[in-house]
Amino acid sequence: MSTLVDEIMKSNSSTETPKYTAKDFQSDQDVRWCPGCGDYSILAQTQRVMPDLGIPKHKLVFVSGIGCSSRFPYYMSAYGFHGIHGRATVIATGLKIARPDLSVWVVTGDGDGMSIGGNHFIHLMRRNLDLNVLLFNNQIYGLTKGQYSPTSEMGKITKSTPYGSLDYPFNPASLALGASATFVARTLDRDPKHMQGIIKRAASHRGTSFVEIYQNCNVFNDAAFVQFTEKESKDDNVVFLEHGKPLVFGKEKDKGIRLNGFTLEVVSLKDGKYSVNDMLVHNEKDTTLAFILADMTYKPHLPRPVGIFLAIDRPVYETEIENQIAFAKEKRGVGDIKKLLNSGETWVVQ
Amino acid sequence: MSQKTTENLDEVTIRFAGDSGDGMQLTGTQFTNTTAILGNDLSTLPDYPAEIRAPAGTLFGVSGFQIHFGSMEINTPGDHCDVLVAMNAAALKVNLSSLVDGGSIIVNTDGFNDKNLKLAGYAQSPLADGSLGKYQLFEVDISKLTALALQDMAMTSKLVDRSKNFFALGMMYWMYNRPLETTIEWLKSKFKSKPDILEANIRVLKAGWNYSETTEIFSVRYEVGPANLAPGRYRNITGNQAAAWGLMTAAKKARLDLFLGTYPITPASDILHELSMYKSHGVKTFQAEDEIAGICSAIGASFGGALGTTTTSGPGIALKTEAIGLAVMVELPLVIINVQRGGPSTGLPTKTEQSDLLQALYGRNGEAPVPVIAASTPSDCFDTAFEASRIALKYMTPVILLTDGYLGNGSEPWLIPEYDTLPDISYPFTTNPEGFQPYARNEQTLARPWAIPGTPGLEHRIGGLEKENITGNVSYDPENHDLMNHLRAEKIERIANDIPLARVDGDLQGDVLVVGWGGTYGAIRTAVVHQREKGHSVSHLHLRYLNPLPKNLGEVLSKFKRILVPEINLGQLVKVLRAKYLVPATGFNRVRGLPFRSVELEIEIEEILKGIE
Ligand SMILES: Cc1ncc(C[n+]2csc(CCOP(=O)(O)OP(=O)(O)O)c2C)c(N)n1
Ligand code: SF4
Ligand SMILES: [Mg+2]
Repeated sequence: MSTLVDEIMKSNSSTETPKYTAKDFQSDQDVRWCPGCGDYSILAQTQRVMPDLGIPKHKLVFVSGIGCSSRFPYYMSAYGFHGIHGRATVIATGLKIARPDLSVWVVTGDGDGMSIGGNHFIHLMRRNLDLNVLLFNNQIYGLTKGQYSPTSEMGKITKSTPYGSLDYPFNPASLALGASATFVARTLDRDPKHMQGIIKRAASHRGTSFVEIYQNCNVFNDAAFVQFTEKESKDDNVVFLEHGKPLVFGKEKDKGIRLNGFTLEVVSLKDGKYSVNDMLVHNEKDTTLAFILADMTYKPHLPRPVGIFLAIDRPVYETEIENQIAFAKEKRGVGDIKKLLNSGETWVVQ
Repeated sequence: MSQKTTENLDEVTIRFAGDSGDGMQLTGTQFTNTTAILGNDLSTLPDYPAEIRAPAGTLFGVSGFQIHFGSMEINTPGDHCDVLVAMNAAALKVNLSSLVDGGSIIVNTDGFNDKNLKLAGYAQSPLADGSLGKYQLFEVDISKLTALALQDMAMTSKLVDRSKNFFALGMMYWMYNRPLETTIEWLKSKFKSKPDILEANIRVLKAGWNYSETTEIFSVRYEVGPANLAPGRYRNITGNQAAAWGLMTAAKKARLDLFLGTYPITPASDILHELSMYKSHGVKTFQAEDEIAGICSAIGASFGGALGTTTTSGPGIALKTEAIGLAVMVELPLVIINVQRGGPSTGLPTKTEQSDLLQALYGRNGEAPVPVIAASTPSDCFDTAFEASRIALKYMTPVILLTDGYLGNGSEPWLIPEYDTLPDISYPFTTNPEGFQPYARNEQTLARPWAIPGTPGLEHRIGGLEKENITGNVSYDPENHDLMNHLRAEKIERIANDIPLARVDGDLQGDVLVVGWGGTYGAIRTAVVHQREKGHSVSHLHLRYLNPLPKNLGEVLSKFKRILVPEINLGQLVKVLRAKYLVPATGFNRVRGLPFRSVELEIEIEEILKGIE
């Protein structure tokens, strides 16, 4: 006997995915972020990418926790679940296990995902459900008006740290890799094209796709990422990771990154000592390399790596559950509740 | 061969006790299954330490299993035991106080060496100093006899020693005239791939039987005839297994997938273990990283159109609290089972307690009403799990089911229900986009529609922020918040129209009404029946529904001069009854981690009766 949900899904599976535009993914709710907030760009890029994914709207679900960033689902014309602080990952996990047919997206913040939800975050990474996680990292608690977050830099002066914060920050990409994530990427709110590309790649990855998005909170932590986003500085401070390509950056593509033992160093490509051919070539299938590249983060003498650190295949959790169910059904026959109730040692009283 | 006589008994209580590594739980379970098949009514109480393998021979490492069975109605595992099987000195010391005067003690003399005596704190052996004079003492060197039975098998002494519980079991089978077949069959399936161990255990089991039959140690054996149970097919079932099956049955009736998101915790883990076996039924179990993840995953699964459930014990409920509030707000079906244990904090993990009624009723931020129901016996865990699911689905609400360690681990014969006669389960599934509003309510139940992702045209957003009535959009409007609080409360209140009225066992008016809930059912019933036999005006009311309470409860209470509320806590239901009905109910409270003894309830009832005269 199939479930009622199976039947409903079957009855509408023949309908073709309509040709959407970005507008089709805008909900009727007023967007209420502060003017100038980086969240607007992330919403816009997501809505822009959705039509290309070929997923019907009714199969899309956005699940979030609590924070400015977590208001996101209200603004998407799709199914949405605004959960409780830190728990979006686990609400999404249950939903995806119950309904592998859905495209499920988790929207979280650096407080929501790294602090109160840090435990769930690492377990999601290792389980590798086919979910997409967008972490809006503004290095601050926006919604609660400006306390430092687990990704804030040391010494940060905030309302709760008038003498400067003492906590060493998490690097979300390294944390995800350490938890055995299969897809880890970083992008920037101010680079729409790059973000669109990354979101598309995340969507097509089978397994948990983790995307950290540097997002400016212009009210409580303005300019946290300027050196990576502003025209004058970004070329010298960001290296874009591209699969199969050497790590080269700088306004004139005049700098490269070389692996010296296990240590990365920046070298000039102008002084004739090194050529592009000597530079480290990115390979997004290499887990060891991914660790090394993610570790560049927060090192002042190295540019900030942006792009896809890792994209590898590993069995997907909810698929394995379905496989076990299929295996059990084949081995034992489809479960019969009446038989079960009457199983074991029974006796009859006349 | 010696001359043996047979005596008939209406009921008997046996307690198996030994080291936690001695296999006493297994021995007790085997005796229980065999006894159930013979048609006795029965009730069991496993009583084991929190440590898995506490140091051998110590007092805190003693593990016990009590079974009360008979040819009459059996409602409790027995206030005291008639027979104590003690595998070592510590087991004797810990359990002697529960043995009736004149009761029988069967000891494994090998467990009374100097070391054992010292660990148990005996200055001299109780077997020799005459201190057991008021009991019938049977001394058997079980360890040695076990070794003898296996001497031609090349087994390590450790493995040999592990079989000795089957010797004790064989002796008890002989003494109460039970067949060995059930246990032999069980051994065969359990040790299919270990023929040596299989052979050893069967040999030792038979050796225990033969020893009792041929030697002169026992001159009497006992016959306990079948009980007068309602006709039908029976099986023995524990509360945790019954709860698991209740959930599965409800999901099947509802034509929904069952999802369990949970985190292991004593004494609730067995529900997870049980459900994880039924992949072929499509059951999905998710062992999460903590209780919060457990319940949130269940909420996510319910959002997706499954029957989401989560199981835990008190400390886990504390962690789930915020998420229960979320489920109240988003109005999704969810069954939360709390197999209560001794608290507060880690408390007494393996002991029973009616610890969490007030937590279930009130333990949330904001006005977050949740239906609460409680199981009264192990097999009632099936009915209540089914009922909790029915209410959760029909009213789109989280429901808390309270069971406890005693019910969850305890077992009794269960009249297997006819699946086809179980009630249908309905829920407000919708697929129609025409005029769809996520928070438009069913006029009668006030349930909101269940619109699951994947349904075209029903895209909507839910969440923990206050909802605007009907549209479900986020709303900060003061009047709307007031209205929504009232609507959520009224939805739960209306469930009172959909549950049975409170039913009194005994006269509908009189001197004393004993009001109970949960696992105290058997002890209260035994006490009240006995009091009535003595001609006292005492009645019993056992509440299954604790929120909302049955509609007639106030009236029922008003018909009695005194209301006694026994609880294994410091008085939780009694507070609720006094607050709601302004009745002078009094509590009887003992928080020892153990079920009530019916005798102590009777003493209390008689005290109260004296006060009336
Ligand atoms: C259980 C709980 N604790 C605390 C809060 C308060 N709170 C809401 S959002 C938040 C931090 C949000 O920071 P982040 O996840 O970085 O989101 P942002 O607002 O920066 O996008 C906190 C502490 C809460 N809502 N729930
Ligand atoms: S507080 Fe910061 S993160 Fe929140 S909406 Fe305003 S700018 Fe954006
Ligand atoms: Mg933040």
